[in-house]
Amino acid sequence: MTAAEAKRAAPGVAVRVQGARRVFRARGEPDVVAVDGVDLGAAPGEFVAILGPSGCGKSTLLRMIAGLDRADAGTIAVGEGDARDTALAYVFQDAHLLPWRTVEDNVALPLELRGRDAATRRDAARRAIEQVGLGDAARRHPAQLSGGMRMRASLARALVTEPRLLLLDEPFAALDEITRQDLDDQLRALWRATGMTVLFVTHSIAEATFLAERAIVLTRRPARVVLEHAIDLPAERDAALRGDARFAAETRALYAALARGNASAAA
Amino acid sequence: MSRFTEAVLPPAATFVATTLVAELAIRAAGVSPLLLPAPSAVARAAVRHAPTLWPALATTAQAVAIGLALSTVVGLVAAIALASSRWVERAFYPYAIFFQIVPIVAIAPLLVIWFGYGIRAVIAAAFIVSVFPVIANTLAGLRSVDPALRDLFRLYGASGWARLTKLSLPWALPNVLTGLRVAAGLAVIGAIVGEFVGGGGLGVVVLEAMRQQRTDLVFAAVLHAAALGLALFAAVNAVSRLTLRRWHTQEKDA
Ligand SMILES: Nc1ncnc2c1ncn2[C@@H]1O[C@H](COP(=O)(O)OP(=O)(O)OP(=O)(O)O)[C@@H](O)[C@H]1O
Ligand SMILES: [Mg+2]
Repeated sequence: MTAAEAKRAAPGVAVRVQGARRVFRARGEPDVVAVDGVDLGAAPGEFVAILGPSGCGKSTLLRMIAGLDRADAGTIAVGEGDARDTALAYVFQDAHLLPWRTVEDNVALPLELRGRDAATRRDAARRAIEQVGLGDAARRHPAQLSGGMRMRASLARALVTEPRLLLLDEPFAALDEITRQDLDDQLRALWRATGMTVLFVTHSIAEATFLAERAIVLTRRPARVVLEHAIDLPAERDAALRGDARFAAETRALYAALARGNASAAA
Repeated sequence: MSRFTEAVLPPAATFVATTLVAELAIRAAGVSPLLLPAPSAVARAAVRHAPTLWPALATTAQAVAIGLALSTVVGLVAAIALASSRWVERAFYPYAIFFQIVPIVAIAPLLVIWFGYGIRAVIAAAFIVSVFPVIANTLAGLRSVDPALRDLFRLYGASGWARLTKLSLPWALPNVLTGLRVAAGLAVIGAIVGEFVGGGGLGVVVLEAMRQQRTDLVFAAVLHAAALGLALFAAVNAVSRLTLRRWHTQEKDA
């Protein structure tokens, strides 16, 4: 067993969502059923993309998996227990950095909150910053960074805890196409190097195809699963793959499912 | 030109121009100095009565500084308590508003009854009128913390203390400073009113000068009080600039 394989064997955890349902109630307004009877899962170390139309309940689903929101019905299992027992990290659509801290201190924040000592924090933060290619900007403040750099910092903050489950909610949606592809490349490489489980929510079929081993397509609100699709592409993926015929075939399958999910909910 | 010159030159020019126009207009119209002394007369009074004005200014400044410090501490603690739960806010916030609507002129005598003549009553007056803006602004800041960052702190198991010191308070800092800017001006007003009743400082100089119909001295004392407010305002601004510099993009480069 190589070192890389040994590392892959350990970190990723399984995720299992069964019959998850979440209803938002507000006084004077009709109830909003955001998620209704969703079953989905991820094997340890798997990279799963979750696709669905805007407002269908993807963020709600991810928040429930992270333990930030509670399901009204159904069960959600992460690893052996639930979210609280697992090292998991969450990346939001925007960077959400603390504006008064440097990149390095932002990245070190999760370790600081968990009471690690200063030296450990600094080493881990520097390593994570290098991993996302932000080495030069460690001492800068968020206001001095471009949107892409901020998102890299946010990704580094998630990686610094060496999570066993990484949840990303449309993390690169606000970036330009080139920066986004660059970050996709990097995320995929990081996933291959660490072996963590990744759940990646996105609107972009191309992004899901490029990144994931498997894609789960959801219907319009309330979210239900219309398609689970294993993406049949080589593990080694690079920019050239996006122009490949196989890539086009995979995106077509997802596109059809997405259209079907929209139609079925409308009917 | 340096940034300092850029900031100082325009208001200084306005000041010189208005003073000049006022001087000429008042002289030309022949207004009685009892009603409206010319700027030059006010300046002369300020110089002549410097031995009275400066110690009075120092007394008032001391009361304002202590009152403002109390407002800051009490305002921060009160806002943190109010932000701790909706229930606490509902139960107590209406009474915090009392500080804003209380007519300070009317309760100043009460303060003298409680604290006696002297600086303690004056400090209390400065505190009472300046604490509300600190509470209200800090509370708004604490309430506006980015929900995603709250989630993040929760996800990483942050303690309540860590949430407060590493997230909520730094997040609210710009609001706290806005509150202090407002509070600084109000504290001067509160102190002068307090001195009208409780004695000491520029308030007493104003009353004495009025009794002796020395309108020029009244003006000189009022200008000293205004200068005090302005200096405090500038001090809060300087603190803002130093601490918030890094938050914003206006700072061009690293
Ligand atoms: N805290 C909340 N209170 C009330 N309703 C909510 C809340 N959070 C989400 N909703 C509603 O639940 C539905 C699903 O929201 P959610 O954010 O999960 O969708 P999404 O798939 O992530 O959308 P997008 O792709 O636009 O991010 C929406 O109709 C939304 O209005
Ligand atoms: Mg969302």
